[in-house]
Amino acid sequence: MFKILKYSFYDLIRSRWSFVYLLFYLMLGSVLLFLNNDLSKAVITLMNVIIILVPLIGTIFGVMYYYNSKEFTELLLAQPIKRSTIFIGQYLGVALSLSLSLIIGLGIPFVLYGLFQSNEIWDFVLLLITGLFLTLIFTALAFNIALYNENRIKGFSYAILAWLFMAVIYDGLFLMSLIAFQSYPLDSFSITATMFNPIDLSRILILLKLDISALLGYTGAVFQKFFGTGFGLLLSTSALSVWVLLPVFNMYRKCRKKDF
Amino acid sequence: MKTFTLHKVLFILILFVSQFSSAKAKTVCNTCELKSLKEAIAVAHAGDTILVKKGTYKEYNIVVDKPLTIIGENFPVIDGEDQGEIIRIVSDYVTIDGLFIINVGTSYTSDHAAIRVVRSKNFLIQNVVLEKLFFGIYIEKSNHGKIYHNKIIGDAQNEYNSGNGIQLWYSKNVVVEKNIVQKVRDGIYLEFSDHILIKDNISTKNLRYGLHFMFSNDDVYTNNTFENNGAGVAVMFSKRIKMNQNTFRNNWGPAAYGLLLKEINDAEIYNNVFEENTTAIHIEGSNRVTYSGNNFTRNGYALKVHGACYANVYEKNNFAHNSFAVSYNSKINDNVFKNNYWSSYTGYDLDNDGVGDVPYRPVKLFSYIVNQTPETIILMRSLFIGIIDFSEKVSPVFTPDNLLDMSPQIKRYE
Repeated sequence: MFKILKYSFYDLIRSRWSFVYLLFYLMLGSVLLFLNNDLSKAVITLMNVIIILVPLIGTIFGVMYYYNSKEFTELLLAQPIKRSTIFIGQYLGVALSLSLSLIIGLGIPFVLYGLFQSNEIWDFVLLLITGLFLTLIFTALAFNIALYNENRIKGFSYAILAWLFMAVIYDGLFLMSLIAFQSYPLDSFSITATMFNPIDLSRILILLKLDISALLGYTGAVFQKFFGTGFGLLLSTSALSVWVLLPVFNMYRKCRKKDF
Repeated sequence: MKTFTLHKVLFILILFVSQFSSAKAKTVCNTCELKSLKEAIAVAHAGDTILVKKGTYKEYNIVVDKPLTIIGENFPVIDGEDQGEIIRIVSDYVTIDGLFIINVGTSYTSDHAAIRVVRSKNFLIQNVVLEKLFFGIYIEKSNHGKIYHNKIIGDAQNEYNSGNGIQLWYSKNVVVEKNIVQKVRDGIYLEFSDHILIKDNISTKNLRYGLHFMFSNDDVYTNNTFENNGAGVAVMFSKRIKMNQNTFRNNWGPAAYGLLLKEINDAEIYNNVFEENTTAIHIEGSNRVTYSGNNFTRNGYALKVHGACYANVYEKNNFAHNSFAVSYNSKINDNVFKNNYWSSYTGYDLDNDGVGDVPYRPVKLFSYIVNQTPETIILMRSLFIGIIDFSEKVSPVFTPDNLLDMSPQIKRYE
């Protein structure tokens, strides 16, 4: 598995797109920091970028890589290698190279800016951790979608749709159900509903450390208890881990049965 | 500078006292003839000065019933041993200076205070340190006094069994200046007190309000700092209050405000700083109030306007990085917003005159939704909310459509 991981990884970090991705983050980080001059504001703007863009790029990269390396994969399948090893290795290769671009691209401007002397370092670390989680989750989802669809056009559209659903549509439905049932106690429902969407989950996780944690406590005892304590942080992080593990497990299951 | 003014005040006082009577100084100390403050007051004549030397005096229910100047040397300790009230002033022209008063008794039927002034004029309470108190300085139906440079450090745990730091009740023309009040129920509390000047005080970490106004008119408070109070500052049912140059900071919590205005008419709120409060100003039923030159930075809500607020003017304020700049719970607007700086303004300024060419709508749809269904706050900063906020900005349906800042500033006011 590590050999395949290594090959995919080296293949990807030499590709043009990884560099574009890296450069994008480098520029974004530098522009935000050196034009804004306020670290905490930069962290908030970055949050908006990370919870939207990282999933999108993870999804598209994942699907693209799967379809592009299909011939190579078929070649590998002819060798005496376990199937799960091939797919998990490729998945990890993509996810890790994307994560590396993210960490380096955002890390360099922040380190240059003097992050280590700042109080915002934990916010920033949390931002990177959620970025990593989102990359892992959405690349895995993309691989799943690609595994289920031989037709690349279909695969691409499903992948984009999945992203659109998580990033926008889900919140719309969530909001409508909250408004529709506003006369009922909604605290537990809203926390549960958040757990079912990794983008919402990451957003809440970052917001907990930022400006509105007290605003969230405004609404009632359940929110107060959840958002005011380390319990919320723990639960959100474990839910994110489950979100990584489930698609990876499904990938493992599916690739063993799939007929090539 | 501080010691200079202090000395000046002392000097004038001594001059004053010595001119009006053949003042004699009585000295109280543990080895003197007079071993307690009570004895000294009993033998003193009107206009005398009582000098209390350093030491500990276990006394309570001390009644000052003649014009006296009581000066502590190196902060002598008056220990009430939790028995009840410690000093009660019932005479005009009384000065208390430099005492360290501790252990005021707690009572649920009478408000025991460290120093209580009852129906007296021209009192001066200064340089007093109060600790382990129930009520601190309680001014009752007394006018023309000054509470200057005192330090009140409480250890309040619960609202129901703690008292206020400085309380004014039916008192007029009192100056409250340069006091430090911490960890009591309400730092400074005014009820039915008019023409009060509250200046340069620091009121922090109080259980309930840093400053609390009820039914008090024509008061001024300026240059005070209110930080980390349980519920911030509340100004209620009062007219013609001037609030200038105060700092409201870090009043975080589900029920905390920087400043709570309820039924306030004709007030002026100028040049204050609101930083990191859950709600910087919560406004209910307040009319003809002018808000100008205030700085709202990183608050949850900068202005939360509830019903029945008419003819208010908000001008030349800075609204920077608040989660919600303005929240309204109705569609009707009778207030004017002009010449403010909004950090989330996205318009342009083609003629370069420093005023944005596109009007700014400070009320977002999301703040309206949160008002209706508080749980939706969980969707804050999500992309979907951004999209609906944008569409509401383009064509307002739920938010007041005449609530516009026609002249938003491009640059922040310094």
